Amino acid sequence: MSESVPRSGASRLANHLLAAAKRFGLSVLPFVVVILVWQFASLFFPRFLFPSLIDVFWRCLQIFSDGSMFADVLATIFRILAGLAGAFVIGGLLALLMVYSRAVDRFLSPILTLFQGIPALSWVVFAIIWFHGVEFRIFFIMVMTTLPAFTFQVLGALRAMSRDLMEMVFSFRPTRLKLFRVMIAPAILPDILTAWKVNLGNASRVVVVAELVGATGGVGYQLLQQQQLFDMAGALAWTLQLVFFVLIAQSALTLIETTVFRYRAVSERGI
Amino acid sequence: MRDSVTSSDAAIHLDRVSKVFGKLGTEAAYCAVDGLDLDVRPGQMLAILGKTGCGKSTIFNMIAGLTEPSSGTVRVSGRDPFAEFDWFRGRIAIVFQNDRLLPWRSALQNVELGLEMLEVPAAERRTTAQLWLTRLGLGGHEADFPHALSGGMRQRVSIARAFATNANILLCDEPFSALDESTARRLRAEFVRLVKENGKTAVFITHSISEALEIGDRIVVLKRPAMIAYDVSFDIGTAAEERELIRSRIGDVLAA
Repeated sequence: MSESVPRSGASRLANHLLAAAKRFGLSVLPFVVVILVWQFASLFFPRFLFPSLIDVFWRCLQIFSDGSMFADVLATIFRILAGLAGAFVIGGLLALLMVYSRAVDRFLSPILTLFQGIPALSWVVFAIIWFHGVEFRIFFIMVMTTLPAFTFQVLGALRAMSRDLMEMVFSFRPTRLKLFRVMIAPAILPDILTAWKVNLGNASRVVVVAELVGATGGVGYQLLQQQQLFDMAGALAWTLQLVFFVLIAQSALTLIETTVFRYRAVSERGI
Repeated sequence: MRDSVTSSDAAIHLDRVSKVFGKLGTEAAYCAVDGLDLDVRPGQMLAILGKTGCGKSTIFNMIAGLTEPSSGTVRVSGRDPFAEFDWFRGRIAIVFQNDRLLPWRSALQNVELGLEMLEVPAAERRTTAQLWLTRLGLGGHEADFPHALSGGMRQRVSIARAFATNANILLCDEPFSALDESTARRLRAEFVRLVKENGKTAVFITHSISEALEIGDRIVVLKRPAMIAYDVSFDIGTAAEERELIRSRIGDVLAA
């Protein structure tokens, strides 16, 4: 009897490790399949259509190790983050105004909905016609394409706040600043993080379009160079830089979520 | 047995208070409270009893300063709780029907909430919150988040939160109605002891006659639209027969 306890503990650990390995395997499997299919295709198609992924890997390494190339990646990342930060601040303020005043809400909602219908490429054209500075053009495009989503997401979060909890906090007579700190900010934080996750993907697609047309550096600009050289391996390597960034940023946001939202109850049965 | 308090020495004073929801003079207008006069003396535990929809919560919100009366005067400690909202910071505390704990805060942080509004230094805040949690039997649960606590424990945290600010006026809106009877009975006894020990004035809303008799040293029965149909005071020395008479009279008033 006394020997069975450690054995069952070890078997539990083994089961746990097996389950973790299975989960990892299942999450990696789709990528492995895509890589294998691509690599298989590269054996039968010309290099400019399906280059070997080994070539792509070396090109990625070259981008990482070459200072001027990596500066292009950093420039694009900075543009994404600056655009998102700008849209988040402006969108957050607009959402607060819309919650505070019904008249502002009635005025701004149709405009933001209209903006949502304008394609990113149209904003690129408008920006080129309206503005001279490259960086400001890109910032403008990034803000205009992500602003409606940020505004509506923050607005939704503010409106969905629990009236009961709000009333409870009010009963302690908080100052506006304290009300924001103890109630509003924590209540809307989950939706804000979701908004960032969604808009991060959108922004990484839009920034490339903006850089393709107006910039003299960045991933979009480099993609244009690869297109002119018919260099598929280069195009893939530059694209992967953005994919890596989005994956790292999404993981960071997920890490923040699991740390900050540890107060949430977890049901043993999923949806 | 009718309570006689003059408005000048009342902790809570309502003078011909009315509350109409919706636009006056329209069909949508709904009169929740109609010309209510009520005084509560300092240290008194008033239980307001009435059927659902009789305006109890409206009165509660007006005393709390969360709702403005349509007409009449509400005074708490001689001041208007709606107009002078900020003055009552730390002077009125509320225990709600459901616990209303902030889910992102631990039990200790929830109890600290009112003290944060009062700018109490962090160390003192922590000590006070810990003390109240311990007094309510929640020592060892300081770091637990609300989802990890039972309904009774959560309501204890909300009571600790109300007491921690040391407010003189306690307003309670059916705080034990969502709990099972044995937990509710235990908490009620604890609550009465703490109110008496700390010399608070308490207004307790309930729809249970037994709860009103257990808690209050005065009971006011309301009829729609929030008019006093019966007002009775008693104390710990009131004989069991007399209490039964009061119970029976309240039952008659509510049934009428």
